[in-house]
Amino acid sequence: MSKPIIATTSLAGCFGCHMSILDIDERILDLIELVEFNKSPIDDIKTFTKKCDIGIIEGGCCNSENIHVLKTFRENCKILISLGECARTGGLPAMRNNKVTVKECLEEAYLNCVTVDDNPDNIIPNDEELPFILDKVYPCHEIVKIDYFLPGCAPRADLIWNALVALITGKPMDLPYEVVKYD
Amino acid sequence: MKRVTIDPISRLEGHGKIEIFLNDEGNVENAYLQVPELRGFEQFSVGRHAEDLPVITQRICGVCPEAHHMASVKALDAVFNVDPPPAAKKIRELLYSAFYVTDHTTHFYALGGPDFIVGPDAPPLERNILGVIHKVGVDIGKQVIACRSRNHQVIKTLGGRGIHPTGGVPGGWSKALKEEDRVNIEKIAKENIEFALFSLKAFDDIVLKNSDYLNLVTSDIYHHKTYYMGLVDKNNQLNFYDGMVRVVAPSGKEFVKYEAKDYMNHIAERVEPWTYLKFPYLKNVGWKGFVDGEDSGVYCATPLSRLNCTDGMPTPKAQEHYQQMFETFGSKKLGKRYEPVHFRLATHWARLIELLYAAERMLELATDPEITSPDVRVIPTTIKGEGVGCVEAPRGTLTHHYKTDENGVITHANLIVGTTNNYAPISMSIKRAAEQLITKGKVNEGMLNKVEMAFRLYDPCLSCATHNLPGKMPLQIEIKNSCGESLDIIRRDI
Ligand code: SF4
Repeated sequence: MSKPIIATTSLAGCFGCHMSILDIDERILDLIELVEFNKSPIDDIKTFTKKCDIGIIEGGCCNSENIHVLKTFRENCKILISLGECARTGGLPAMRNNKVTVKECLEEAYLNCVTVDDNPDNIIPNDEELPFILDKVYPCHEIVKIDYFLPGCAPRADLIWNALVALITGKPMDLPYEVVKYD
Repeated sequence: MKRVTIDPISRLEGHGKIEIFLNDEGNVENAYLQVPELRGFEQFSVGRHAEDLPVITQRICGVCPEAHHMASVKALDAVFNVDPPPAAKKIRELLYSAFYVTDHTTHFYALGGPDFIVGPDAPPLERNILGVIHKVGVDIGKQVIACRSRNHQVIKTLGGRGIHPTGGVPGGWSKALKEEDRVNIEKIAKENIEFALFSLKAFDDIVLKNSDYLNLVTSDIYHHKTYYMGLVDKNNQLNFYDGMVRVVAPSGKEFVKYEAKDYMNHIAERVEPWTYLKFPYLKNVGWKGFVDGEDSGVYCATPLSRLNCTDGMPTPKAQEHYQQMFETFGSKKLGKRYEPVHFRLATHWARLIELLYAAERMLELATDPEITSPDVRVIPTTIKGEGVGCVEAPRGTLTHHYKTDENGVITHANLIVGTTNNYAPISMSIKRAAEQLITKGKVNEGMLNKVEMAFRLYDPCLSCATHNLPGKMPLQIEIKNSCGESLDIIRRDI
């Protein structure tokens, strides 16, 4: 059998979950033996070049672009994993939900902010290339079907490692107490 | 006019894309980095207890959470009007030094390094951390991993958690350092010094001894004369954790030195319609657009900037390498400083010199007799209601500014993050690189990568920059005519 192919992406996340993947430390070398990496921000592959077995998503959806990327991941990956609180629940960025409207966020950032000095025409960025900001932050499974969820902010490196090994080898997952406990 | 988009920019932390506009002849008219994300941290922090902010704001960025954690907790010291005991400040700086070691290591080997180590024209499939390991050998790859790993352990020991630590509290630190942990950290600091020296040697062998690379470093493409910013201590020497903000002019003359809390008198921000990110500039010079020179308020806050600002390095080995760098580029002495180096690719070198400094500083702190003192907290008793906290984050000076009501609940938050400082210089570097590498509409993969190199040398962290609300930094080339109509979209496939 050829090696399973993994793709990863960061949507509205802080990149901490990706850093946690790197924190599996020397097991990274084992991982390279076990799998092949496709589209991922940590390499230079920018678009899907083939169908993948496992897609790992960090971050929820806070703009139209996130939704687009998430859908391409669903189309191109057999299994999708929501990695971390942001993907699983919207996470910290979802603190804006039902609290501040997009309009307020934009006005605060560009019109009312104390250090904004040079905005004579009261511009709010509006270039057509800029994605639309969504009314709230959505967890990934509200947009597409997600197969597995790994909690934590960021999920521990051990949890990520155990889950990937279980998925790749088809053996049940090892879940000792320290790994299940998350904060 | 044609429009070329590089999307996504890989090997950087966070999200964003490069847009290049071509004129009718197919030459570069304009180029910039578009940041399509804004997350609203400043807005939803309002209404939270101030003490929550070190834990909330670090979620802006999983690459440099420690920087946000420190800036935030320092802002809280001010909000609650407390001066932490010396041991607490030293523990904070110790954790922060360990963080610098991991962060600069990650950048050199995993993010910016592949351009040099594997080569700017190598195929994309090799231009990554695995390519680096392939080129330098698995053993060295293992050393890099071990370096990250042991320093994360230090962060966990001192800060309670690896990614997103929790040790910082207003008035100090939540736990004292035990002697057995100190012994271990001392050992790790020594290993870090060896590792930093080894990395500088590798840079010397791979880049400085290779005339092609060296020509690239000193070529016009990556040369910009701007103002530079960095924190300095009372001896006007670099410090990452605390100090006054010093700005030097392109000539190397000190332009201003101010206390972080006065940042609003010195820094202002400009809004452009095509990006969610704002452009900070020196208020007292003024915004003159995306241009170099003494008359333009554009400044830069990077490892290279910090070395351009400091009166020498505070630790001996780093000082040797600092001198070597400025002498290699022919900078003359200016008092205890040198004339600034304006070659932006030298930032990679400067980053390694800082790595060495961080390791040496870590050893100083780990062997400081006071570091294991149990006295690590002053309990706050008053609420002053406003505070600014500032640290030197790896990607630039980071400022957190909070206002609270009489109960210590946040009423206002303003953050100026490391990468944002460099937003205008990044856009300028991209434009310069694009102008020289794209003519008559001819764009190829190697060229695009060199444009990306212009961008990656700043090690931009767009997670940070976009703390503000939407998210994605993903390469595609979009070609637009002078009326802005899309003529063609070329996806950059590998
Ligand atoms: S879950 Fe936590 S670590 Fe992961 S992206 Fe969200 S904030 Fe960052």
